[in-house]
Amino acid sequence: MSDAANQITLTIDGVEVSVAAGTTLLQAAEHAGVVVPHYCYHPGIPSRPAQCRMCLVEIEGQPKLQPSCVFPAGEGMVVHTTSEAAEKARQSVIEFLLLNHPLDCPICDAAGQCMLQDYAFETGQLRSRYAEAKMVLGRDRVADDILYFGDRCIVCTRCVRFMEDIAGDNALVVAQRGHKAYIDTFPGRDLDHAFRGNIVDVCPVGALVHEDFVFKARAWDMDAAPGICPGCSTGCNIEINVKENQVVRTKPRLNTEVNSYWMCDHGRRVLVMANRGVRAEAPMIRRAGELEPASWNEALAWVAEELGGSGGVAVASASVSNEALFYTRTLLNHLGIEGGTFEVEEGAEVTLAGFPKLKLRAERAPNATGAALHGYRRSEGLPEVVDGASLVVLGDALAEAPADYGANAGFFLYIGSHLPPAAGNATAILPAAAVPEMEGTFVNYEGRVQRFHRALRSPGVARPAWMFLSRLLEHLGEGTGVREIGDAFGVMAAGTEAMQGLTWGGLGLRGELLSEAGHPAVAAE
Amino acid sequence: MGYPYSHDLEVGTLLSRHLGDEKARTLAGWKELGGYASLPKALEMDPDAITEVVKESGLRGRGGAGFPTGVKWSFMPKEPNGPHYLCCNADESEPGAFKDREILRWVPHLLIEGCLIAARAIRAEHVYIYVRGEFFPFSGIVRDAVVEAYEGGYVGEDILGSGWNCDVTVHLGAGAYIAGEETGLMSSLMGGRAEPWIKPPFPAQSGVFGRPTTVNNVETLAAVPMIVAEGADWYRQWGTEKSPGTKLWCCSGHLQRPGTYELPLGVNLSDVIYEVCGGDPNGKKIKAVIPGGSSTAILTADELDCSGCYEGLAEAGSALGTASPIVMNEDTNIVQAMRRVAQFYAHESCGQCVQCREGTSWTAKILQRIEEGDGTFEDLDTLYHLCEQMTGRTICPLADSVVFPLRSSLDKFRDEYEALIER
Repeated sequence: MSDAANQITLTIDGVEVSVAAGTTLLQAAEHAGVVVPHYCYHPGIPSRPAQCRMCLVEIEGQPKLQPSCVFPAGEGMVVHTTSEAAEKARQSVIEFLLLNHPLDCPICDAAGQCMLQDYAFETGQLRSRYAEAKMVLGRDRVADDILYFGDRCIVCTRCVRFMEDIAGDNALVVAQRGHKAYIDTFPGRDLDHAFRGNIVDVCPVGALVHEDFVFKARAWDMDAAPGICPGCSTGCNIEINVKENQVVRTKPRLNTEVNSYWMCDHGRRVLVMANRGVRAEAPMIRRAGELEPASWNEALAWVAEELGGSGGVAVASASVSNEALFYTRTLLNHLGIEGGTFEVEEGAEVTLAGFPKLKLRAERAPNATGAALHGYRRSEGLPEVVDGASLVVLGDALAEAPADYGANAGFFLYIGSHLPPAAGNATAILPAAAVPEMEGTFVNYEGRVQRFHRALRSPGVARPAWMFLSRLLEHLGEGTGVREIGDAFGVMAAGTEAMQGLTWGGLGLRGELLSEAGHPAVAAE
Repeated sequence: MGYPYSHDLEVGTLLSRHLGDEKARTLAGWKELGGYASLPKALEMDPDAITEVVKESGLRGRGGAGFPTGVKWSFMPKEPNGPHYLCCNADESEPGAFKDREILRWVPHLLIEGCLIAARAIRAEHVYIYVRGEFFPFSGIVRDAVVEAYEGGYVGEDILGSGWNCDVTVHLGAGAYIAGEETGLMSSLMGGRAEPWIKPPFPAQSGVFGRPTTVNNVETLAAVPMIVAEGADWYRQWGTEKSPGTKLWCCSGHLQRPGTYELPLGVNLSDVIYEVCGGDPNGKKIKAVIPGGSSTAILTADELDCSGCYEGLAEAGSALGTASPIVMNEDTNIVQAMRRVAQFYAHESCGQCVQCREGTSWTAKILQRIEEGDGTFEDLDTLYHLCEQMTGRTICPLADSVVFPLRSSLDKFRDEYEALIER
């Protein structure tokens, strides 16, 4: 019963909770379903200065209000988070914070998701008693791509402590002191850390804003979907913010197994940059030498008819979903095409000191493990196409290809979301939904199968590759077409040794590790 | 004896005997005056025995809080599993206080001896003397004394052949009032901003560089050699039961003879002001006194007949603090005085806690407005509200420091505020 011995029972706002010894009151309150308002406390940042004084609570028998973010739960403690004294103190903190705050919510990017705004509405007064002139600090730039609105800053120091505790880089400091205090880079230092963007996410108000995002979207005008960052093989869990079918921002989403609360700046840009490019919007088939649009029914029937089964080469991308890779593999098997290659761009690796599991990994694609798992071979450069042979291309593999690549192929099937010049040589183009436009899975560097959700509408009639490939295979007499991602995943899991036992629902938002049997990393040894 | 003036009250002359005597600054001169006599005795004592003597003497922290020094030392681990540190708090910045300054610049060796004995008691082998940045002009005196003490074998390795090592480092701060708060001092000493940290961890558990640390005031440490040499009972011949010993009083303001005086604790406060310091230089009436440095509650002229000791001034509704009465005569504008006090604290707030960061500057601005004649009666309510919300809400007591004088002045001199508002 050693566990029971380490349990502490206390009462918070009348709710009795049992927590492990060493739990703070703020965390214990969460167990009781009570959120204690706070600013300087962030669950991902270890240092707890207890300086915002927002989370003060009343503990029976204690003469003073205590900061719940650091005060340890004690046996039999009776805590009130909404007693008159606690409420009054909180109201007072809000009043203090608003003294010099510009109240520029109408143009502030944090409006709608601002902890100061929320608590001010919840606890604040309508009228300020402050009759003096407000301090004006103005706007500054703390990094090339991050703006600092000094007037909005409440000096909670989360950003400074993120850099210190997690990034391990003391580039940010509090400058000046007292009511003149503000955030600045250390004299002579630049804030150029590869994970600096997280300071914007931890900012509880609108003081730190990405220049990339500033004035772009109001919080309430954006949709959000859970995704997986396609920037490297770490597979950070992200939230994709969308306005008018454009990705305007990506933010990290908590997954303690993968990325904790953080993500790198490279990853933040990938999906935002992917808004651009020429998109494949409708199926195209080459009749009488010319590529012309066709309906899905027409195109799939035509491809099934024309596609010969006599070998050839295939190129895949490590940035497409497992389901697309799996159904393409099935198609290649049907066509008698062995192997298939994929290429992964490499870049410098950067580790996040305070959470070393999280790296911007050298492998700059989200699903290289998945591509290897489905039998594609890692290689450099594109395979040579023998005159008259078949060529199947999946994903963005031709972005850098010479314009005449594949022109000599007998049948060139292009399955992709964008149209690089070489795609113009295709015999048929099947327009695929890009990753943020569909549901699916990636396998990250450690073999974690993770789901991503749909954030955008596809242009034209582009569809997820697994969907139309399953129909194409049905035309070819292989299985039946699937319409639901769960079914596609089920077919894939059943046909993939390392995915035995995995279910779409079971992956949830945390993901599941591949079984060791059939894991490409294990198989390679 | 007082410095720079003498007076007739019967007092001990423990700390102040050699103030003003250049001879005391050098090692040779100091030894001639009988210095470094306690250290050999302390080196022969068990560390806990030193702590016990100091505990029995009833010596209380002279930095203002008055915590029993021996008790503080007894919090340090008895069996070190790594280095312990002693920090001598020479960041004297309380407006009105200038006692540590006199010790530092006239009798630095007295302080060094006290530091060594205290280090011995708490099993520390490194002492940091954290000197206020603004003391730069004479910080060389302290440094020179440390160098001489090293050369004389009083500091460093194998001190006086005892086999015990102890280093002393003089560290000059960068100028922040809050570096005088013990955790603020340690933050600053470690190279950070002088920002107090929330306790726990207490310094005796985890202080400088994460190691057990004791922080003592200059005057406290300077009293230690004599207590160790002469014993607890000897020290208790001065002062009261709860506040034994003598204290350096820093008297400033409208006084005929302002200065630093060593007086026994328990001396009548009005005697200090009228007898020792001679009252107002022009014979004007005294209006008010802030008795313990600017962070203590203000007393009216009628309240001065009280015992000048920790418990006596607490009874009178104020605090002994650093025993630094700031005396104001009948011409003083109390609102202006309070505005100045509030501005000081607004300037010195480290800016961590919201109540202090915003509250002190708001208070100063309101007081300034009242002083300029633009105040309202609602402002007085707001000031009371600020007093309430700035008390006991923050990591360190800086916010409370502005509340004590402010609230007491609002209570006792409300007519002055109202007169300015109505003007």
